Amino acid sequence: MFARKDLLGIRDLSQEEIQYILNTAREMKEKVDCVEKRSHQLDKISMATLFYENSTRTRMSFALAGEYLGASVLDLGVASSSVKKGESLIDTGVTLDQMGIHVMIIRHGMTGSAHLLARNVNACVINAGDGSNEHPTQALLDIFTIQEKKGRIKGLKVAIVGDIAHSRVARSNIFGLTKLGAEVVLAGPSTLLSKGMEVLGAKVTTDIKSAVKDADVVMGLRVQLERQKGGQFPDLREYSHLFGVDEKILRSARPDALIMHPGPVNRGIELSTDIIDGPQSVINEQVKNGVAVRMALLSVLIEGRKQNETAYQTWKSHRPSMEYRQDTRCTH
Amino acid sequence: MVADQVIEAAGCWVVPGLIDVHVHLREPGFEHKETIATGTRSAALGGFTTICCMPNTSPVIDNEILVEYIKLKAEREGVVHVLPVGAITKGQKGEELANIGKMAQAGACAISEDGKTVMNAGLLKKAMKYAAMFHIPMLSHCEDPTLAGSGAMHGGAYSELLGIKGIPADAEEVIVARDLLLARGTGVKLHLCHISTKGSVQLLREAKARGEQVTAEVCPHHFTLTDAAVEGYDANTKMNPPLRSAEDVKSIKRALADGTIEIIATDHAPHHEDDKNCEYENAAFGIVGLETALALGITQLVQEGYLTPMQLIAKMTLHPAKLLGIDKGTLEVGRAADMTIIDPAATYRVNMQEFASKSRNTPFHGMNLQGKIRYTLVDGKIIVEEGKLVEE
Repeated sequence: MFARKDLLGIRDLSQEEIQYILNTAREMKEKVDCVEKRSHQLDKISMATLFYENSTRTRMSFALAGEYLGASVLDLGVASSSVKKGESLIDTGVTLDQMGIHVMIIRHGMTGSAHLLARNVNACVINAGDGSNEHPTQALLDIFTIQEKKGRIKGLKVAIVGDIAHSRVARSNIFGLTKLGAEVVLAGPSTLLSKGMEVLGAKVTTDIKSAVKDADVVMGLRVQLERQKGGQFPDLREYSHLFGVDEKILRSARPDALIMHPGPVNRGIELSTDIIDGPQSVINEQVKNGVAVRMALLSVLIEGRKQNETAYQTWKSHRPSMEYRQDTRCTH
Repeated sequence: MVADQVIEAAGCWVVPGLIDVHVHLREPGFEHKETIATGTRSAALGGFTTICCMPNTSPVIDNEILVEYIKLKAEREGVVHVLPVGAITKGQKGEELANIGKMAQAGACAISEDGKTVMNAGLLKKAMKYAAMFHIPMLSHCEDPTLAGSGAMHGGAYSELLGIKGIPADAEEVIVARDLLLARGTGVKLHLCHISTKGSVQLLREAKARGEQVTAEVCPHHFTLTDAAVEGYDANTKMNPPLRSAEDVKSIKRALADGTIEIIATDHAPHHEDDKNCEYENAAFGIVGLETALALGITQLVQEGYLTPMQLIAKMTLHPAKLLGIDKGTLEVGRAADMTIIDPAATYRVNMQEFASKSRNTPFHGMNLQGKIRYTLVDGKIIVEEGKLVEE
């Protein structure tokens, strides 16, 4: 049972909630592969994707996850919407809410924007990436993939390598993996990493070899060139020379270690091409699992909402109200 | 002598009118956030009878005409004394000195680049020497923008947990250290605005031990809240300097207790709801403070045993008056009757809807506080009576 209105971050979730979504994803996976098994579970449910930042995987994955369950899916083309006329996030959200949208999926360049939207709309809000904070569905699909391949999470060593400081993927994964009992080691140049990240429960090192040593999973992160205004390292060649994962580095990991990457990959920078396309790579499976996990998430959110009678009645009558709105004020 | 009116004040503190050396009245230029009329009423409700308004208006208060304008407006529309602070450089651009001398003659009580730091050390040192001629203090906003970057909260454990870019403590400390060094030998009265970190306290303590002429202020939010309050991304917890770690707060309280920090100032920074009810990183920095300052002082400092009532009041009256070199901050026969009557035992729940300020940006809404302003008298005239504004 999943009793949340929104999914804003892994940090908020309990171990049981994470497992519940992953278990549901296992059932969903066959629907991705097999057309006959697609269902009408989300019939009459309408979803909108609000992507204030670029995306291929996440947006398509959410849209397809909705469609495979029978929901109708709309995309707010941010570039061609009133956002370009200066409409605020809250006003855009409330507008869509009034049209009866049940689920809003938001990606935004600013931390906490999904939380802001969630506080102001009746619809369920799913965070598809907020600033440098969280990208919870990416972590869920990563964890799902690891669990599927390794049969467990507990006791595994996961090395996350690359541009950690700007990475919401890393952060959501740290929260999720440590909650499920994995050991997480972060490695990258000191300017893209902060020792302070140890408060999240991960180990932090600039020594990539020690990070990868005996790892069960090596996760490469994209160097986010678009967030690289400050010149955090001299140039890409030096970066890939010192911090890129290639076949030689990988040899120190466990022989059955998985190679993962949330995509899009800068080939030859964070990971070498031979290991991206090599036998240990599960990068393409991550993408497929992403659809299954997002189907699971939509399903558990909507089912949870249906359990909440009053909230569901306002949906059915297509008169979205603000009664679900939480108190926005923090009291001390 | 026969009294015109007798105010029953048993159990209350009758104190000199409070003085706030750090207020943003937003006028001219940002009247949708605050005006001299609303800001001075907010001050009166908070027990303040004299406030210094910062020059980061539009246009910037960088010449005597604007100083005159503020004074005139305050006389006409305000209900408490308003002392304008002039900018250090023209347009707060950090390039050339503002008309410091003429502003001082027109009644500017201090100079400050508040909201910004003059990054050109040579220029700042000149300003220090120059201001010293006119015996007005320099109120220094300490923040190195190259270190603060696009941070939106304190850089520490909570910024890591919340995924918000941090403003490191050294962004403040590096300028505190610089200004302390630069001020030596210039003769200027250096005053550090809103210091918030353990490191700044340490630097201040060392400078004072060397016998340097320096004072510092702290804001009520910096001794009340920590960066943990940012959880939930309410932009009313966003201010500059940001809410710091528990360790910093502890160090600030200790420095208040041992007298290292001698002034409490609000950094009253009104912002419209639209500037706050948005993405945390997009939201404006600052909170309103005039109407909660005294009660926070009583609740957080007196009740917790850091300060005696007399020490608290001195930090909000006598010490600010000394810094400004004005004939206020004490109660004596023959002095202007700027006076505040406080019921120190009364408790209440902060309700931002009741603020006289035009803005509602406070993280203290709903908080239970102790200490209520009963009366505020300015030049003998009752402005606040039983906690309510008296409007003619």
